[in-house]
Formats: sequence, structure tokens, C-alpha cells
Amino acid sequence: MTAERHIDHGSPMHQFVIGRLNDWQLGGFDISFSKAAAFMFGAVIVATLFLVLTTSRRAMVPGRWQSVAELWYEFIADMIKETIGGEGRKYFPFVFSLFSFIVICNLLGMLPYSYTVTSHIAVTITLALAVFALTTFIGITRHGTRFLSFFVPKGVPLVMLFLVVPIEVLSYFMRPISHSVRLFANMTAGHTMLKVFGGFVVQMGVFGVLPFALIVALTGLEVAIAVLQAYVFTILTCLYLNDAIHLEH
Amino acid sequence: MPQFWMEDFAPQMVWLVISFIALYLLMARVALPRVADVLETRHGRIADDLDQAAQLKAQAETVIAEYEAALADARSRAQATMAQAGVEAAAAAERRNAEVAAVLAAEATAAAGRITDAKNDALAELRGVAVELAQAAAERLIDAPVDRGEVDRAVDAAMQHIGIGGR
Repeated sequence: MTAERHIDHGSPMHQFVIGRLNDWQLGGFDISFSKAAAFMFGAVIVATLFLVLTTSRRAMVPGRWQSVAELWYEFIADMIKETIGGEGRKYFPFVFSLFSFIVICNLLGMLPYSYTVTSHIAVTITLALAVFALTTFIGITRHGTRFLSFFVPKGVPLVMLFLVVPIEVLSYFMRPISHSVRLFANMTAGHTMLKVFGGFVVQMGVFGVLPFALIVALTGLEVAIAVLQAYVFTILTCLYLNDAIHLEH
Repeated sequence: MPQFWMEDFAPQMVWLVISFIALYLLMARVALPRVADVLETRHGRIADDLDQAAQLKAQAETVIAEYEAALADARSRAQATMAQAGVEAAAAAERRNAEVAAVLAAEATAAAGRITDAKNDALAELRGVAVELAQAAAERLIDAPVDRGEVDRAVDAAMQHIGIGGR
């Protein structure tokens, strides 16, 4: 199978090849460890160590690093408060973990020779489906059959409902796709573009300074996108949670 | 694109689920309570400080109120003392005036008595002199002894006539 899956080492797409560090199987499932899995655990370790070490002094007047941890915490807490309200507190650890995982994976991917976990649709669709399953579960358990009224907008004439309800249902089930593709596509596009311009630097010899300068600028942009897309993914999660909790459009 | 190599989906998903659950547990159990603790401690401390400041302010206001009450009390007491002193001084002056007036009145009365006595003595002497003079004058004029009793009566009548008493 790997024979037909060959991608040339010089290709801008080669950075997305995961490969296998071993060939573990469990009950028919392929659970081979790869650099993707390594970077996922890397993100877990970075998030945990950062938050634990920066708060180790528990300073009344926070230092620089402790301020970052507090801002990080309050950024998500405020986001939940503003989008969901008081009932959202229960989901704070989940939303915080989601944001932290994505933002650290995105930023780790900006390091040279590293790998970007979130550039794979397999990862982003899993996260998006988890959010989708959670919000649907919350909607059904909180509201029972009234959850179906979410698909019936208020104030729409009866005749139009035959058109509007299928659209609402379809858009609801399209959520995980748009949710996951947005992040995956941004990461893939950014990293591909950097690699393409990187190739130009080598090919153009002396004139390679031009694409090199562009890479410097694009790297800054990509760092911003890395944070922004993590924020977008997280705030959409909050909005979906709010829909499920309050059944509002 | 390597992103669509289906054989890579399962291992990524498996490790994603495992690592994400690990992250969730580490965040929910370890990291987030630490940060929350730091933030809550600070907020609690700030609230405590504000409470304490409010308490001290209330205390200061109580002390000021007490001080002002004491001041007002002292002022009113001073005024009362002053008023009483004024009343007492007036009474003492009145009393002394009355005493002096009584003394003066007694002295005046005594003086009046002495004057009356002196006047009576003088009148009595005057009468005796007048009787002797009148008797001697009448004896010289008529060259005969005059009865003392008649002279007495005549002098009495004369003195009564001019309004200076007599017997």
C-alpha cells in the first residue's frame, strides 16, 4: 500500500506525510504511533507543564508568565460567559482543553522541522464530530423532543417551513464539516504556501532573497492564523453549545 | 494529498482521542484548579482588603461621631455652668444688697431714734430753760413771786401754739 502512496521528498506535500514509527495493531485497529501522535502528546505536555509551572509560585501579584496563564484562563472563561452565560461553566474544562490543544498544535507546527497535527482532516473532523456529538447530546438530554423545534424557525409561514426545515436540518448536519474543514484547510494552505516559497528561495539563487522576505512576512501571518483559527474553532464550539443549551437561533 | 490517505485516519483518531482525554483530565483535575485557585485567592484578598477598609472607615466615623458628641456635651455643660454661675452671682449680689440695705435701714432707724431722743432732750431742756426764763422774767416785771405751775402751763400752751410739742 505504501508503495503507491509515495510522495517525492521535495514536494510541498511531503511535510504532511505522517509515516509510522511502529506498526501496532489492537483488535483489528491500526494504532501505530506516528509523529502526529507524538506532537499530540507534545501539545498535552506543553499545555500542562506551562500552566503548572507558571502557577507554581501562586504569586499575589503575577509575574510575566503567570499573567499569560491567567490571561489564557480568563480568555476562555470570558468567551464562555459571553456566548453561553452561566450554564456554560460546566463545559469550561472541555472548551479550554479544545482551545489549548488546537492553539498549541498550530503553534508547534510553526517551529522549523516540526509537524502540524491540525493540518490533517482526520484530526479536525474528529474534534468537530466530538463537538457535534456533545452539543446534540446536550440538546436532546436538556430539551427532549423540544430539541426538534431548533429546526423550525419562529415566525416563518407554514408553506415556507417545507423549504426551511430541510435547510435547517441540512445546515445542522453540515456543521462538523465546515467546522473541521476551516481549520484543516487553513493549516494545510499556510504550510503548503510556506513550503512552495521555500522551494523558490532555493531555485532562484541570489534572487531568492525576494521569496525569502516574503516567507518572513508569511510566517508572521501564519502565526496569527494559527491563533486565530484556534479561536474561531473554539468560539464556534461555544456558539454550538449555546444553541444546544438555549435552543436559540 | 497525504491528508486523504485513509489508512492514516484510524491511528490519528485513536491517538487524538487518547491524548485529548489525557489533556482534558490534566486540565480539569490539575492545571485549571491551580489557576482558578490563584485567581480566587487574589479576588478574595482584594475583597477582604476592601471589607477591611470599609470597616476601618466605619470605625473612624464612629470615633468622629463620639468625639463630636463629647464636644457638644462639654459645650452644653459649660454653658449650663456659666448660666448657673451667673444666676448664683446675681443671687449673691442681691443678697448682699439686701444685707447692706438692711444694715443701712437699721442705722437710719437708730439715727432717727437718736435724733428724736436728742430732739426730745433738747426740747425738754428748752422747756425747762423757757420755764425758768419766763418765771424769772415775769417776777422781774411784776416784782412778785410767780407760781411755778402757772408758768409751766403757760409755756406748754405757747409751745403747743408754735407746734413743738411740750408735755
